[in-house]
Amino acid sequence: MLNQLLTPETVQIIESCQDWRDAVAKSCEPLLLSKAIEPSYIDAIYRSHEAIGPYYVVGPGIAMPHARPEDGANRLSLCLTLVKDGVVFDSEGNDPVKLLIVLAATDSNSHIEIISSLAQLFDNDQDVQAIMAANNKEQILSILANY
Amino acid sequence: MKITVVCGNGLGTSLMMEMSIKNIVKDLGVAAEVDHVDLGSAKGTPSDIFVGTKDIAEQLVAQNVAGKIVSLNNMVDKVAMKERLSVALTELGAL
Repeated sequence: MLNQLLTPETVQIIESCQDWRDAVAKSCEPLLLSKAIEPSYIDAIYRSHEAIGPYYVVGPGIAMPHARPEDGANRLSLCLTLVKDGVVFDSEGNDPVKLLIVLAATDSNSHIEIISSLAQLFDNDQDVQAIMAANNKEQILSILANY
Repeated sequence: MKITVVCGNGLGTSLMMEMSIKNIVKDLGVAAEVDHVDLGSAKGTPSDIFVGTKDIAEQLVAQNVAGKIVSLNNMVDKVAMKERLSVALTELGAL
């Protein structure tokens, strides 16, 4: 299921990022390039973080940056970025974040199955650790194929 | 028993938590309606319990929502989620 949206074009590995803003920007880049989201979507993510904090950090090392459909989402899309060095998001107990999965949806319901698959992935500590230790995208894609 | 999961945007993380909470409530044998909203809509939503991660919970407290607030450190720790939800449910006499 996740492989429908997470393909070689939307899975990337980077060594490091300067800070959380840089991490969010880099993790949104593939979606920006494919026009799945507008630049305003990234701004909306920054604004939410500045207003209420890193609420989209899901658990230890994992973040799911996202904004609302009307903030600039053009189609249902996902993009996974592994930051090998990790980035500080100021999320107590969850830093450093290594896995960023950007989600964009065009309404509040069409992505329920995707969320369900992501929830199952995050629940599987072994697979999450394996993704964080991956050295190439093929390794990541083969783990994602299970969800 | 109404439980409302709150997220910053109402379509990603709250949905994820809603699914986990629904399973926990089933486990505990409590009859509850579980829904999700974004932070902006929380104040206007009548609910017995509001669930959110720390950042969201702080905002809920500041907004003075009428309901018990359950604060979570993260969305994947089901054990902590169950524990904290159980405390709120017990306080409300549902457990």
